[in-house]
Amino acid sequence: MTVAPEVPSAKPPTAAPHAPPAEAPREAPTRWRVAPADGAALDGHAPSGPITELWDRHRFDMKLINPANRRKNHVIVVGSGLAGAAAAASLGELGYRVSCFCYQDSPRRAHSIAAQGGINAAKNYRNDGDSVYRLFYDTVKGGDYRSREANVYRLAQLSVDIIDQCVAQGVPFAREYGGLLDNRSFGGAQVSRTFYARGQTGQQLLLGAYQALARQIHVGSVTMYSRTEMLDLVVADGAARGIVTRDLVTGEVQSRTADAVILATGGYGNVFHLSTNAKGCNATAIWRAHRRGALLANPCFTQIHPTCIPVAGDYQSKLTLMSESLRNDGRIWVPAKPGDTRSPNEIPEADRDYYLERKYPSFGNLVPRDIASRNAKEVCDEGRGVGPGGRGVYLDFSDAIARLGVEVIKERYGNLFDMYERITGENPYRVPMRIYPAIHYTMGGLWVDYNLMSNLPGLFVLGEANFSDHGANRLGASALMQGLADGYFVIPYTLANYLATAKPPPVGLDHPSFKASESDVAARTGRLLAIGGRRTVDDFHRELGSLVWELCGMSRSAEGLTKLLDQLPSLREEFWTDVTVPGMGAELNQSLEKAGRVADFMELAELLAIDALHREESCGGHFREEFQTPEGEALRDDDHFAYVAGWEWSGEKGSIEPVTSGPLPTPILHKEALRFEHVKFSQRSYK
Amino acid sequence: MSATSVTGLAGVQPAPPDSDSGPDEHLLDLTLHVWRQAGSGAEGEMVRYAAPGISTHMSFLEMLDVVNERLIKEGKDPIAFDHDCREGICGMCGLVINGVAHGPQAATTTCQLHMRHFTDGDIIYVEPWRAGPFPVIKDLIVDRGALDRIIEAGGFITAPTGSAAEANAAPVAKDDADLAFDNAACIGCGACVAACPNASAMLFTAAKISHLAALPQGQPEREHRTLAMVAAQDSLGFGGCTNIGECAAVCPKEIPMESIARMNRELLRASLKRGRSKRR
Ligand SMILES: Cc1cc2nc3c(=O)[nH]c(=O)nc-3n(C[C@H](O)[C@H](O)[C@H](O)COP(=O)(O)OP(=O)(O)OC[C@H]3O[C@@H](n4cnc5c(N)ncnc54)[C@H](O)[C@@H]3O)c2cc1C
Ligand code: SF4
Ligand code: FES
Repeated sequence: MTVAPEVPSAKPPTAAPHAPPAEAPREAPTRWRVAPADGAALDGHAPSGPITELWDRHRFDMKLINPANRRKNHVIVVGSGLAGAAAAASLGELGYRVSCFCYQDSPRRAHSIAAQGGINAAKNYRNDGDSVYRLFYDTVKGGDYRSREANVYRLAQLSVDIIDQCVAQGVPFAREYGGLLDNRSFGGAQVSRTFYARGQTGQQLLLGAYQALARQIHVGSVTMYSRTEMLDLVVADGAARGIVTRDLVTGEVQSRTADAVILATGGYGNVFHLSTNAKGCNATAIWRAHRRGALLANPCFTQIHPTCIPVAGDYQSKLTLMSESLRNDGRIWVPAKPGDTRSPNEIPEADRDYYLERKYPSFGNLVPRDIASRNAKEVCDEGRGVGPGGRGVYLDFSDAIARLGVEVIKERYGNLFDMYERITGENPYRVPMRIYPAIHYTMGGLWVDYNLMSNLPGLFVLGEANFSDHGANRLGASALMQGLADGYFVIPYTLANYLATAKPPPVGLDHPSFKASESDVAARTGRLLAIGGRRTVDDFHRELGSLVWELCGMSRSAEGLTKLLDQLPSLREEFWTDVTVPGMGAELNQSLEKAGRVADFMELAELLAIDALHREESCGGHFREEFQTPEGEALRDDDHFAYVAGWEWSGEKGSIEPVTSGPLPTPILHKEALRFEHVKFSQRSYK
Repeated sequence: MSATSVTGLAGVQPAPPDSDSGPDEHLLDLTLHVWRQAGSGAEGEMVRYAAPGISTHMSFLEMLDVVNERLIKEGKDPIAFDHDCREGICGMCGLVINGVAHGPQAATTTCQLHMRHFTDGDIIYVEPWRAGPFPVIKDLIVDRGALDRIIEAGGFITAPTGSAAEANAAPVAKDDADLAFDNAACIGCGACVAACPNASAMLFTAAKISHLAALPQGQPEREHRTLAMVAAQDSLGFGGCTNIGECAAVCPKEIPMESIARMNRELLRASLKRGRSKRR
């Protein structure tokens, strides 16, 4: 390790233009309930002490499990992405009996494979002023002060070990001619701390973890269940004790017991239907765990990526990300006047509006993701958007090509240009690219404490599936870092501590909770197949997605959210009366798989909207139109909202029967207060 | 052959106003012949579907989505096919289109192939990967688990979590790192196997062997890895390589035949050293 954690010098608190007066009217909470103040406050269990020493001390304080006894513990890991594969492989190496699940045909195909840009680590190989403390600081600040400092500090510390681990596995990171690792600056960071493997960093990191997992599968410490979907969490006697799965090939529904359950099932971005996520990404695992009692935290913190290829037609099935790096050389513009249908090359300079350069002279086209996204929406709302449906803006390379030559541009972005041309059939060397924002990442997820354990004992949540570390906004190249930190370096310790202290007693499949979960799952499947309505699952998913995107996407307002909350129950009701799911349960049935996932998205969407309505401030990926500065920038309210919103399912937790009419049972809000002892509140400015 | 007609236009957007900036959108009337097979034990057959009104902007899989939506509305069983990322990286998709694995566009996965490469009136044959070690599960979905078994046999570097040395302790010449990367780019789709008359997995196995052998971290297990992976590949029923080159021609990640030559050299080297090794 090259970096010693640097001790913070006392930082003068930045003058913070504070959010609106405390008296600002608050939405009367009729759509949710606040947990009684006298109840136990939500506690993140972060240890106390100097932040630089917390993790080391905690590791020492935690209990261990004797190597000979590890085999006696069976651990379920759902998910084989960076977080799940890293966890399953590491726990297998330690000697636990591990069962790992994924819905794809091979663990190597988890959605992490698609990450392009890179992974951050505070190695400071560039000698450019980076440090563990700086990565910590940037992440807390970038997350708009809605994450837990202790977790973020640990993440920054572990980042350096991740790179060592991945290199040892043979991950072919980019290198310089001297043979040492190359770094680049990413997402506007002032230091070069991003490690990358061409435009396929996620793929290479995942293959490293997959290969480590494959080794454990081969020696028999991990049993891999591919094409197997988790459909329920089994909570027995107050602890997570197993899962119910469906074999996607045979349709067989099975219960499995465990001493602990780890969910690493990724994000819920597909609630918006169109996103940069893989088609199968789903919220089923976390939503069913939520229905069984796990708190879901900050679901309204969703991230939008400004540079994706726009929607071409109704048949569109997903959106493709174009790397953020394109904004280094491309200039973003739209026609100055609405309804200008000339082709871009015929529009003279005078009739163009380079709106980011105009509004943000010092950052120009490099403003952060959320600002670039909101501005694109704004100009399209004004009728100045380009391309099909008027939902697109130009990303123009003609100036860069004139200045640097085609060869340089090809060298920098050749593969991205090829990908763009493959999808759109347009040549970006000759005509400007068209881009539009799309949902890309979800910061919200199941609530976890410092040990990555949810409020349900024995249920651990890793990677994008949990809410931790990124606050209201994730910095570029930090999701890969978090997934691997959670899986390689955190869970092996915290799981042992849990097993050693809780000593889960034996549990059998004859426990009533298993029977109940199994019959719930069977009932849901039977119900979906029996409806025999007129509309397809995709049709419902499209409608759900466009509603949520329109009313709870890039910008949100009480009015829009209320409208959304009024519409969701009827859409759900229609789904449960008019969807058609062909085929049977006891076979490979892709329509059935999708139907189950969309049904869960329909419920989750409502909690997302409630969370967005309750959070009367703008912060990170959550922009409330009522809460902005006169210049139109996000206005945080640290006095009232510097907390994690952990939502509890208030309905029956002994059942996962779908809510087929009316709103969800009024969710209960638990607040985990966030304290910022090291990174002082300040407001962003990109003017 | 049974025939089914599919009717109704997909909701297609009007052509973009700036249509001279890119290819115009056209609607194609196509005829598909698709392999339908209810399950692994069942008999399969090619079934004909009319697919009118397909936008040239759709991807191949979006075209199948549209056909499936129409089938479902008619109360028929949709066509099962594998896919996930739809951006050419997860390796989940894979169809034989008009006899070619991943279809007519070079270096392109099925999910990245777009309908503008077809013309109105085309007849398109869509089949699953066909290879002994890849049994059909349903329709166009096959079981490629055998590729995982090859990796499990030795396609890794043994580096348990926590045991790693400082990342920059072992410099890697840029050329070696690039060679490793070029081979590591394999997405495990199995098109190489599907295209090979011998159903050989050589290109896939060679890619992993080349990736790890190019790096200093891969040296300690170099010979063992090669022997174990090749043995696994043979025992799983994949055929041998007779240098036809169909694999590299369809590989969406352009893994070259050269990798197979390298693997053969690695195999020779490993066999020579094998006598001295205790690990088997
Ligand atoms: C296009 C794109 C580019 C990105 N680029 C970057 C980048 O450059 N840098 C960065 O840091 N981050 C990036 N991200 C974000 C990052 O890739 C993800 O946040 C991260 O990979 C998530 O990893 P994970 O292990 O949590 O989940 P995933 O990789 O999503 O894995 C989820 C796993 O859970 C399984 N699963 C899900 N549901 C079930 C179920 N019900 N039953 C059984 N199994 C289930 C899946 O099969 C899969 O194995 C990018 C994201 C996208 C979409
Ligand atoms: S070598 Fe090419 S064709 Fe074969 S599995 Fe890898 S990417 Fe697919
Ligand atoms: S669907 Fe992932 S490569 Fe085609």
